[in-house]
Amino acid sequence: MADNRAVVRLKEKFASSIIEIIEFRGEVTVTVHKQDILNVLSFLKQSLQYNMLTDVTAIDYLGKKDERFMMVYQLYSIPNKDKLRIKAPVSESECHIQSATQVWETANWLEREVYDLFGITFENHPDLRRILMTPEWEGYPLRKDYPLQGPDREPYKGRLS
Amino acid sequence: MGVENPLGDNIITTSLDALVNWSRKSSIWPMTFGLACCAIEMMATGASHNDLDRFGIIFRASPRQSDCIIIAGTVTKKMLPVIKTVYEQMPEPKWVIAMGACACSGGVFDTYSVVQGIDEALPVDVYIPGCPPRPEALLYGIMKLQDKIMKDKNSFGNSIGLGTRIESAAA
Repeated sequence: MADNRAVVRLKEKFASSIIEIIEFRGEVTVTVHKQDILNVLSFLKQSLQYNMLTDVTAIDYLGKKDERFMMVYQLYSIPNKDKLRIKAPVSESECHIQSATQVWETANWLEREVYDLFGITFENHPDLRRILMTPEWEGYPLRKDYPLQGPDREPYKGRLS
Repeated sequence: MGVENPLGDNIITTSLDALVNWSRKSSIWPMTFGLACCAIEMMATGASHNDLDRFGIIFRASPRQSDCIIIAGTVTKKMLPVIKTVYEQMPEPKWVIAMGACACSGGVFDTYSVVQGIDEALPVDVYIPGCPPRPEALLYGIMKLQDKIMKDKNSFGNSIGLGTRIESAAA
């Protein structure tokens, strides 16, 4: 982990933004504060050639962590053939984060998906609309407190109930 | 003794229902409309090995020239308005086959985004269970639809404005 090229550079440049660095089975994950996310991501693209944003998603840690959501950015460097995962916690009360669309164009639809299913809003996103659910849909289905069978149905209580 | 044949040898007399129903059941043109993995089985049924053409069943790529729609797969709530629009564009008389567990009941997808059976929106004539049903099952379902069409009463009269059409279930 110490010799990972991205970790070395991020530690020099963003020492105060980093919350933790984890390596698990060769996968390096760097968790940063959400107010620095855009600086970190654009530094990784401009200076460290992480030129491909493979995926943007989120995790709902309802009842397990103080800050409910965690944004996840999967990066890949085509010239260096290495991967990096960047995470940033997002609280439920301030459920927004800066958009990565100005760094990678592909973040547009990926962030729309996160907005659609988790309800995290993206500042300075060019076109923040629902992408999978119908436009008039209410609620955010991938949140842990969203009922699986939908809000208008009696929840399933098991086969024998 | 005394059997007369006033119409000649090349005339067959029958009831209008039998003639109309026979011609309808022998040329069911289903809408080309696949939704999920069942659509693959539907395509296999139409291809040479099972060969739906031998029943006069030819997939038609326009709802305006189709008699039947095979709901082949999972119907999501987002897709439902599209299916309704396609169904409404089909001319009468028209039939609906719910193919597979998802189209019949939602199947394993007991979730917020999936319609729990297409019969919530369209009048289904034949339900075919299976996940997905084999081509033989689809063929059997289509033959059941043919049986049902043969039992139709006054569907031609109804279409020219005389009386009502009486439908009954397949045996």
